[in-house]
Amino acid sequence: MEAFSALVAAADEAGIDPADAKNTAAAAGAGYAYGLAAIGPGIGIGYLVGKSVEAMARQPEAAGMVRTTMFFGIAFTEALALIGFVVFILLKFA
Amino acid sequence: MTVAAAHDVDILGTRFDGPAPEVTVSKDMIKRGVIVAPLIVAVCAVIWGANGAWSSMYGIAIVLANFALAAGLIAGAARISIGLMMGATLFGYLIRLGLIFLAVLLVKDASWISLPALGSTIIITHLGLLFWEMKFVALSLAHPGLKPDRA
Repeated sequence: MEAFSALVAAADEAGIDPADAKNTAAAAGAGYAYGLAAIGPGIGIGYLVGKSVEAMARQPEAAGMVRTTMFFGIAFTEALALIGFVVFILLKFA
Repeated sequence: MTVAAAHDVDILGTRFDGPAPEVTVSKDMIKRGVIVAPLIVAVCAVIWGANGAWSSMYGIAIVLANFALAAGLIAGAARISIGLMMGATLFGYLIRLGLIFLAVLLVKDASWISLPALGSTIIITHLGLLFWEMKFVALSLAHPGLKPDRA
């Protein structure tokens, strides 16, 4: 809140409409939130798939079990990105 | 020994032509999603009204399409090589996130959309279907001889 107040004061001094400055800051915040929320799951999925491929290459007879588990892992990890996305749409558009 | 074994494997040349388990799992989740959809729509209609009902239907469609696309990409790439499967999974994640963003961007200003309803439907449906399906898959993996009731 203090940051927004400082932003509004600075925008006022610079002759920028405070509402515009606030909207710009909210848009930037939403963008950062979405970006950061996508990075973590990206790293997680990369690690998960890498290990699964290694397991399948070493033990092809267990590939079915590994792929099933991998698919669930990907979907659960992706849920984190979806939560970040929903926060983004609520901050940006709602 | 394990290091030597890791050097012996051919990631690019190894492929799987058999049945794709992720497609089976995804089909199961889509069936369950269709079954549970009226309940989610009804709850959203009670909380957010008609706009909530339409938004939740749209959200459920996004989640089910996302599962189907993820499974299709993995299964298709695994038939070519598991190295490609790895790439398809990673880039597929980015592409699917982009498609979900696009799907929401297209309707964000529509008169029938309720963003809180859409957002909560996406999260609840995604996680709910995963936990529901995991219950059956966990039983199958732990006891391969057992055939749990899939209904």
